[in-house]
Amino acid sequence: MEFKNDLGKPWKFQDGDFTVVRSSVWSPPGCHPVGCGIKIYVDKDGRLDHIEGDENDPITHGRLCPRCLALKDYVYNPSRVVYPMRRAKEERGNADAWERCTWDEALDLIMDNWKRLTEQHGRETMAIFVGTGRDGMLSQDFQLSIFRTPNLAYTQSGYACYQPRMTASNMVLGALYPELDYAGGLPGGYDDPQYQVPELMILWGKMPLASNPDGFFGHSVIDLMKRGAKLVTIDPRVNWLATRSVVQLRLRNGTDAALAMALCNIIISEDLYDHDFVERWCYGFDEFAERVAYMTPENAAKICEIPVEDIYRVARMYAAAKPASIAWGLAFDQNTNGMQAGHCVLSMICLTGNLDVPGGNVVADLSMPEDLTSEAAAGGAEDFNDTRSFITEGWYQMTEEERGKALGMDKYPLYCNQITGAQADCVLDALETEEPYPVRMAWVANSNLIAPTNSAEPTRWHAAMVKSIEFAFGTDCFITPTIQAVCDVFLPITTVAEHDGVNRTHYGAASITTGCGNKAVTVGEAKCDLEIYCLLAERMAAMFPDDPKACFAHEKYPDYHDYLNKNRLEGRHDFEDVKQLVKFKRAVYYRKYETGKLRPDGQPGFLTPTGRVELWSSQYNDNGMDPLPYYYEPDLSPRIPEKTAEDLNLKKNPRISDELDAKWHERDLSHEEIIEKYPFILSTGHRRYSSFHSEHRQIAVLREIDPNPMLEINPADAERLGLADGQWCEIENMFGKAKYKARLMPTIKQGHVEADHGWWFPEQDGSEPSLFGVWQSNCNDLVPMHHNNALGFGAPYKSACCNVVPLKESYDVDMNAFAEKFGKLV
Amino acid sequence: MPKYALLIDYEYCTGCQSCEVACKEEHNFPVGKWGIRVLDEGPWQKDDAKDEGSCFNWNKIPVPTDLCDLCASRVEDGREPVCVHNCLGDCMRFGTVEEMAAELARKPKQVLWAPTD
Repeated sequence: MEFKNDLGKPWKFQDGDFTVVRSSVWSPPGCHPVGCGIKIYVDKDGRLDHIEGDENDPITHGRLCPRCLALKDYVYNPSRVVYPMRRAKEERGNADAWERCTWDEALDLIMDNWKRLTEQHGRETMAIFVGTGRDGMLSQDFQLSIFRTPNLAYTQSGYACYQPRMTASNMVLGALYPELDYAGGLPGGYDDPQYQVPELMILWGKMPLASNPDGFFGHSVIDLMKRGAKLVTIDPRVNWLATRSVVQLRLRNGTDAALAMALCNIIISEDLYDHDFVERWCYGFDEFAERVAYMTPENAAKICEIPVEDIYRVARMYAAAKPASIAWGLAFDQNTNGMQAGHCVLSMICLTGNLDVPGGNVVADLSMPEDLTSEAAAGGAEDFNDTRSFITEGWYQMTEEERGKALGMDKYPLYCNQITGAQADCVLDALETEEPYPVRMAWVANSNLIAPTNSAEPTRWHAAMVKSIEFAFGTDCFITPTIQAVCDVFLPITTVAEHDGVNRTHYGAASITTGCGNKAVTVGEAKCDLEIYCLLAERMAAMFPDDPKACFAHEKYPDYHDYLNKNRLEGRHDFEDVKQLVKFKRAVYYRKYETGKLRPDGQPGFLTPTGRVELWSSQYNDNGMDPLPYYYEPDLSPRIPEKTAEDLNLKKNPRISDELDAKWHERDLSHEEIIEKYPFILSTGHRRYSSFHSEHRQIAVLREIDPNPMLEINPADAERLGLADGQWCEIENMFGKAKYKARLMPTIKQGHVEADHGWWFPEQDGSEPSLFGVWQSNCNDLVPMHHNNALGFGAPYKSACCNVVPLKESYDVDMNAFAEKFGKLV
Repeated sequence: MPKYALLIDYEYCTGCQSCEVACKEEHNFPVGKWGIRVLDEGPWQKDDAKDEGSCFNWNKIPVPTDLCDLCASRVEDGREPVCVHNCLGDCMRFGTVEEMAAELARKPKQVLWAPTD
């Protein structure tokens, strides 16, 4: 049969009574910036009627996940708040105390309090708490330009999401995270003559189907499998893709660096590497080879608890396949040795000649900074080591002295300059101790940081924020537990259907396409993040009309479309023009190290101090980290290391060892006792299709799919504990506890448990102390802060420890009552 | 006699449940009612010498319910059912029973549903 389609239709067209707006979506609701193509059907009354995937999209071709299919239920959800609200400070935590106010009142309150508090304590007393996966978060440069505080605070311990991989890539390659090449930017896609389908794809610590991690369209893996690519999965659990893999390595959580070193060792010792590439483009090969030699495959097999023959097999398969690619995921960030594992993965890619070749791993182009005013743009080649100038502009509006006040800059300057903000764990220290100075004002911007998505030990964050913060405002679509707990003013933001926007896929790294979000409907008085930034910038300029820095943001971006044009589109396009394209591809070049496209000076090579791939990293060395990869047992591991880091001559974590010791002793348990009391390895962060981080829990059609927070456990472990499938249980350790419903899964490794991500319960009481039940299933309370590497990165979100105790009570949600409360759209 | 059928390639159904949600939105089915559901068959361990991978059986198979009308009004308008249109794994096809039966013969691990007359 032949079917009708909308291929070739303009960005806006009529279909019967509906006006259809084609759009490339990116948040809210939050997601990673894939910018999937959607068609928004708007009825005669201007109301969003339904959503379909847009078959015109060059990546997704009309396919769409359940979260966007349910967009209407998010836009018109009865619990969404679409007017500005205020609440007296003494009523914090009282869900019934919010009062509607005007935008002017709300903005005046924010600016008056900002003036009062910064006059007392300096601009650095304001922290901007940002989350992830929201458009507003990629505009952090704008936020910093307005308030000029260095304390941009992404509160996840060790920034254990993407940044450790980004920084490892920056150190070793002088480039951003190199993505598995899925032909996204090529005009002909998979069929483009330039492209080659990879013979082999290794998915390592990454299950990209449910979450589209970092902007990678997860189902492109399926597309490539259909075109003949074989899979290897490296993951402790058997995920669904593992059942379609030729080999899977079910390693023990947190041991990735040991495996990665062994794989490099085999590739080098069996002479499976590309001598020409090493000779021409690598630095420190001999030292690297010597270091990985200590990790024999036999040793790694013991550490990782996997068959040694499988390690050999994967190393040889990967080296023989041409091309082959590796997608390395979040597990690398949520591990204190993750950057070392990443160092090895990058080395594997280079050693086998799979870097920046079709079907291998592609390196991001330099972002063109011509219209931006950061130091990086102005400074020429020597200072130009910042490939993300579009996101660092606000940081460089501050003087070096002002930036130097960022919390954690004294310990972790590389981290703070890389992310243009404060080090997460040090922010908690300042909130708790008021040292080196008090943090009195907060902007909770697109972050629900006390839900189990982001901060470790959120109970501590909650207490510290409530105590330390004198004034806080929040920007979001819903009153989240975090906003309920600490905010005095709420500013409602629009969903992706209600504003114009530009999304850069992969957060701007390996940005293969640029997408335009087109406004289709208006709801209440909500404004988009960027529009709110413009209003705040306008007020700041009015307050200090003679201070050019205070006026900078307003003068540059009087309207939010100016930001879209000058920043997101780099001054090279006008939104009014490109919105009609909805999505357009960027040119893709391969082997850019040969053509000078990786360096602003146009010279061949890489943007590292030596101009080569640094297998021995001079930047790690300069920043106090071991310049070569190492493996060391995770802090909360069920094994006591046979040798200390000193015995192995590894520079493990020199900066915070005393502090870390203090944290251990505070809990008063020896490693032996910990292993005895908390024998399970706890992996947090299990993703579901029906939600993004802590979002979507109030959407009835999605909640019905995953009504309760689940803990996956091996049936043999469950039997030993007397825990039945579907029974609730409590996981606990010396840091905290949380309740989950057990799902017995033979795919979970014995001795491991895996907890669902991001749960809170909009149907439960919103007021303190419940805060929508945010403490009920908060697995992050079992993950300690401050277990980072020497650069302040990485944290044990996937290798904490716990015990599991069966419960008699059930905490199942009543879906009928839920549907009654949240299913009737307004 | 059924005229139309849904063909599912369950080798590539990832269990994303887009079909379920697209269907509910299209038909306004309330909580507790569905036009299609994804059967989660597994995971359980098998002992298969030929299987080089995980040795786990785990297939996700969309199953139309009694409420499925194969999006009759859309089909009348010349469009595919919403489950097929939005499928993330691109593993669902819709057509006449004859057409789909011919497709079925092309590869294993497929299933053909003819839920309605």
